[in-house]
Amino acid sequence: MTRAIRIGHLYPDVMNLYGDRGNILALVQRARWRGIQVDVVPISLGDPFRAETVDLLFAGGDQDREQRRVAADLAGPKGDAIRAAIEAGLPALVVCGSYQLFGQRYLPAEGPELPGLGVFDVVTEHPGVNVVRCVGNIVVDWNGSLLVGFENHGGRTYLGPRAAPLGRVVAGYGNNGQDGTEGARYKNAFGTYLHGSLLPKNPRLTDELLRLALQQRGDDPTLAALDDSVEEAARRVAIARARAERHAQRNVGATARPR
Amino acid sequence: MVVAGLAGELACGSALVTGTNGKTTTARLLARALHASGLTPVHNTAGSNLMRGLAATLASVAGPAGHLPASRRTIGVFEVDEAVAPHAARAVRPRIVVFTNLFRDQLDRYAELDTVAALWRGMIEELHGATIVLNADDPLIGALPAPPAGRRLLYGIADPAAAGDPSGAADSIWCPRCGNRLEFRAVWFAHLGDYGCPECGYARPPLDFAAVGVRPCGFEGSDLRVRLDEREIAIRLPLPGIYNVSNALAALAGAVALGVPSEVAARALTDATAAFGRAERLTVAGREVAILLVKNPTGADQALRTILAEEATPHLLLALNDRIADGRDVSWIWDVDFERLAARHGPITVTGDRADELALRLKYAGVADGVEVQPDPERAVRRALARGEGRLYILPTYTALLTLHDILARQAGTARFWERREP
Ligand SMILES: [Zn+2]
Repeated sequence: MTRAIRIGHLYPDVMNLYGDRGNILALVQRARWRGIQVDVVPISLGDPFRAETVDLLFAGGDQDREQRRVAADLAGPKGDAIRAAIEAGLPALVVCGSYQLFGQRYLPAEGPELPGLGVFDVVTEHPGVNVVRCVGNIVVDWNGSLLVGFENHGGRTYLGPRAAPLGRVVAGYGNNGQDGTEGARYKNAFGTYLHGSLLPKNPRLTDELLRLALQQRGDDPTLAALDDSVEEAARRVAIARARAERHAQRNVGATARPR
Repeated sequence: MVVAGLAGELACGSALVTGTNGKTTTARLLARALHASGLTPVHNTAGSNLMRGLAATLASVAGPAGHLPASRRTIGVFEVDEAVAPHAARAVRPRIVVFTNLFRDQLDRYAELDTVAALWRGMIEELHGATIVLNADDPLIGALPAPPAGRRLLYGIADPAAAGDPSGAADSIWCPRCGNRLEFRAVWFAHLGDYGCPECGYARPPLDFAAVGVRPCGFEGSDLRVRLDEREIAIRLPLPGIYNVSNALAALAGAVALGVPSEVAARALTDATAAFGRAERLTVAGREVAILLVKNPTGADQALRTILAEEATPHLLLALNDRIADGRDVSWIWDVDFERLAARHGPITVTGDRADELALRLKYAGVADGVEVQPDPERAVRRALARGEGRLYILPTYTALLTLHDILARQAGTARFWERREP
C-alpha cells in the first residue's frame, strides 16, 4: 500500500520569509524519494484548521506587521484546534516568527503585546529596533547531533518552567543570546529560530518529522536510507561558517568590553 | 564632512538613486542621459554605494587642493543603499531622488520593509523643494508623499501585454495605507504591477512616464514607447528583461526632472550598454560569455527566465558567496525558481564560498544531472569553459562577480572588455 502524508502549511502567503519554501521542499522531496506521496495543504488567514486533514504542520517566519494579522487569526477557534491537535501528538515545525507566536506571548518592538498560542511555555520580548538583532550562522546540539542554520531575529525568547529547549547553542545566539538554549520542544512540536533553509541542511530532523507524521497516521514509520552526500557537504560549510563567526564575535566582544 | 563639502561644489547639484533592485543600472542610464545633454556626471561605481563609497568617488575627482575642478557642468549621480539614503541626502542635498523599488533583500542589514519605508518618509520630509521620482508599480513606493514644496514624478508600465507570471515572491502585497491585501490587475514581476486596495481605495497613482507597447527581444533587449505629456517617444533598449524597462523609465524620468529634453534622454538610453555585471557580454577563449549579476530571488528568477527564453539547454556557471556585500544569509536561494531548470539545462558548474549550498538547492529542485561543484572560482571558470559549447551564462552574487571578473579579464586579455565598465 502506498504511504501518504499531508503537510499543512500555515500562512504560506504571509509567513514566507528566509527561504521557508526550502523547508517544505525538503519534506516533500525526501518523502517522494522514498515513494511516499505528499500533499501540501495551504492554510491561510481566515481558513479553518481541521486536524483530520493534516499529518504534519509547518509555519515559517514573517515581519512584525504580518505577525499582528496572524496573531489575530490564531486567536479563537482556529488556535484552539491547532493547540488540541498538537496536544494529541500532531508533529509540527514552527520557525522564527511562528515560533514566537506559538509561545505564551510576544511583545513586539512597537505596539501592543500579542497573545500567543501557548503551545510552548516561552515568552518573547523585542528589546527595540535600536538593539542589535541576533543575526548569523548558528549551530545547535540537538540530542547529540548538530543542527545548522541561519538566525535573524530581534525578539529574545525566554523559557518558562514547563518548557524544554530544542537544543543547546554551539555557535550563535539561539533563544536569547544568554542562556545557551535554542528553540523549544513540546510533544511532537518543534519551535526554532533556525532558518536558512533549515530542513534541507538537516536531513536527520526532516526524516524525524516524516517518521512522526507517518506514526501519527498509523502508517509504517520506517524510512529507507538516502544518499545524503550533497546535504553533508553543505552542512560542513555552514557549520564551519558558524564556528568562524563565533570566534569573530568573541574577539569583538573582548576588545569592546570596557574595563 | 568630505561628502557634504565636495558635493556642494557640484555646479549642477546631485541626483540620488536608491532602492533594492536596479539602482546601479538606473544610475548608470541616468548618468548617460545627463552626459548626452552636455553635463559632466560624477558617478560612483557599482557597489560603492555606502557613504565611504561616495566620499571616495568625490575625492577621486578632486584636485590636489582637495577641491573639485571648477566647472559649470558637473552634476553628481549617486546610487545609494536603501538604509544609507537618508544620510546621503543630508550630506548631498540632492535635487532629485529616484526610488526604484523595495524588496526583502539582505534583511540581516535592514530589518524590515516597513522600517525602510519609514526611514524614507523621514528622509523625504527633509528634502525641501526637491523632486522625487517614484516607481508607481511598487505599492510601497507609490505611497511615498511629495517633499515639502517639492513634487512627485511617477513612472510605471502601462502595457497589459507585459504582464508576467503572478506567482513570484510577493513581498509587499499588503496595502501600505490600511494593511489589507492588495488586488493586482496586472503583475509585471514579483510585487510590481497595477494594483488597487479593495478596502481603502488606495491604487497605483497616475503615471507621468508610462511604458506602452513593450516588445521584449530576448537577450537583445526590448522595444518600447514611453508616453509623457500626451506624447510618445520610442526607445530601443539594449538591456534585456522587463526589470530593465523599469530602470529605463526611472532614468528617463530622472533626466527629465533635471531638465534634459526627453528626446535627448531617450536617444542616450537607446545607445546604452549594460552596467557592470548586468547582462554584460564578452568573449573568453573563443566562447561567448554572458554575465548576469544576481543578488535576490526576484533578480535570479528574471535572469533564469531571460536565459531560458534564449536557450534550449542553457550552459550555466552559478556562483554564490555569503560575504557582507552579498548578504550573509543564503536562504534566499531557496526562493529562487531553480525548478525552471529541471526540464532542460546544459552543463551546470557551481562555485563560490557556498557552492555546496547551491548544489543542495539544485538537488531539491530536481536538477541533478550535469551539476559539478567547484568551490574554487579559478578552477570553476576553467571547467565551465571546457564543458559544453555555445554561450556560457554566469550568474554570480556581488563579490563572486568581482572575483570572476578578474579571472575572466585575465583569460580574455583584452582592454575592450574593461571599457564596458564606465559610461
Ligand atoms: Zn488599503
